Amino acid sequence: MSATLGNGRRTPLRPARILLHTFLVVTALAWLAPLLWALFAALRPYAETSEKGYVSWPDKLSLDNFTNAFQQSDMLHYFGNTLIIAVPAVLLTLFLSSCVAFYVSRFDFRVNLFLLLVFTAGNLLPQQVIITPLYRLYLLVDLPGITVSGKLYDSALGLVLIHVAFQSGFCAFVLSNYMRSLPHELTEAALVDGASVWRLYWQIVLPLCKPAMAALATLLSIWIYNDFFWAIVLISTGENMPITSALNNLSGQYFTDPNLVAAGALLTAIPTLIVYFVLQRQFVSGLTLGANKG
Amino acid sequence: MTVDTTNSPEAAAVPPPGTASPDKRAVQGHRRLLTRRDRFTLALMAGLPTILHVALVWVTALASIALAFTTWDGIGFDSIKWVGLDNFRELFTNNPQFWPAVQHNVIWFVVLILVPTPMGLFLALQLDKKIRFSRVYQTAFFLPVVVSLAVTGFVWQLVYNPDTGLINSIIGANKPGHYIDWIGDPHLNLWAVLIAASWRHTGYMMILYLAGLKSVDPALREASALDGANEWQTFRNVVFPTLRPTNTVVLVVTIIEALRAFDLVFVFNKGAQGTELLSILVTNNIIGESSRIGYGSAIAVVLLVISLAVIIPYLIATFRKERRA
Repeated sequence: MSATLGNGRRTPLRPARILLHTFLVVTALAWLAPLLWALFAALRPYAETSEKGYVSWPDKLSLDNFTNAFQQSDMLHYFGNTLIIAVPAVLLTLFLSSCVAFYVSRFDFRVNLFLLLVFTAGNLLPQQVIITPLYRLYLLVDLPGITVSGKLYDSALGLVLIHVAFQSGFCAFVLSNYMRSLPHELTEAALVDGASVWRLYWQIVLPLCKPAMAALATLLSIWIYNDFFWAIVLISTGENMPITSALNNLSGQYFTDPNLVAAGALLTAIPTLIVYFVLQRQFVSGLTLGANKG
Repeated sequence: MTVDTTNSPEAAAVPPPGTASPDKRAVQGHRRLLTRRDRFTLALMAGLPTILHVALVWVTALASIALAFTTWDGIGFDSIKWVGLDNFRELFTNNPQFWPAVQHNVIWFVVLILVPTPMGLFLALQLDKKIRFSRVYQTAFFLPVVVSLAVTGFVWQLVYNPDTGLINSIIGANKPGHYIDWIGDPHLNLWAVLIAASWRHTGYMMILYLAGLKSVDPALREASALDGANEWQTFRNVVFPTLRPTNTVVLVVTIIEALRAFDLVFVFNKGAQGTELLSILVTNNIIGESSRIGYGSAIAVVLLVISLAVIIPYLIATFRKERRA
């Protein structure tokens, strides 16, 4: 952005700058090396690598491993599982946490701090602290006809609920800070005019929170997509697993050689990478937004 | 409205100073104007999310504490038996995996805070110098944070594989008799996993420090340079002290990350000898063959106590600062 603008003013390249750029290029390449290595392995046929070794000049590069990994293991099915979990979880988390944030930032200062403290502290707990009772609870809750398994355990609903409960702490915190920075006259005037609380929230406050919501939505999508732990413990049927957790089973069953494992792992990473490259700004701002506080 | 939406969220996250008292008046004004239906709506808006969060996170955390003092087979509530401190006694004295796990969690934290954290700070300082391609470099260093830890685990396995992995292929240790088993050898595997964890942590820390550096007043730096301070002196005396709030966040994030460490190890070797962690012990106790609820909860309580010892002071300090603002 400033490259064209600042050209005239930019001091001529000093040796220190050249050194810095050399250092950064080398380090950046070293950082990308593991991923590039996986890509390299995934692009080569297994027969060739087993004959010539993995560190060798490639004779043939193709996408065969990717198509094979995708079809053999029915990856589409697992991507579908993730979609069923992630979309409702992200929407519900944003909705519920913005409700709490609206309440604590506009109406009640006495419970404000306490409520936020409870939410934020809950979000910071390691998941393993609550997993043993949660697992038992999910086995105990009978939901005949509502979930396929008839219980919260082994169901998409169960995963959605725990994602929402866990992540809403972080989001409520960020959103309440954001809403507090909106001028009070805005909602005051609407209330005097007789607008209901719901309209205040839905038509005035929420539209103003779009930037924060966009940042949080990006962050949540990637986090929930990347979740491994909840699904490993709370889903028992391999078929019902979201893609990130399914990878662990698939690698033993279908991805029989390292080239296929590499292809499968990279395929799993693609959606997050797309979201990251398209919405990088939102992602980073969301992360620093929360981390500056908690 | 368009002006409002282009506001950067970072700027808005900090409440403007000195608004506390007019806010309070406005809030009271708000409350007087509420109808009955409004109060009902508000109760739902605050209540439902709180109930969900408290039920699934805090009630289960308390249940962990309660169950840690019992034995239970999981079938019917009448089989719950109070056993006092038995679970803890057995855990501390009789579990060959417990103390190694504690030790590994501590090592995890020490390594993260000593290696990738300064590395992330260093990269942030370099990238904050208004150099060309800064965004490209940032994207490269931050990429590992975006990719899931499960995928990270698989990618690094391709690097560490004794037969086909990158390292052994390059150093010629991939022939029978010369194997270096990075994942199987209990003296090596923790360090191998920690390299992968550090790979990820560096980018995370870099982003946090880059955000923190934005709040350092450029005039201070200029003044320091004019006074003849070199880069290191400016950093030590001017930049680093102003990064204090960021350092606190970094410390807390790193401790939490070290306590949460799970995915990478689980993908690598399910926490076999050499890589035991508290989180892994809890999980293996659930999904393993002999699930012992009380015993697993006792391990979780250890994890909970350590976490709260960090979380509570940090949050109290944060919220107190906010209240003062």
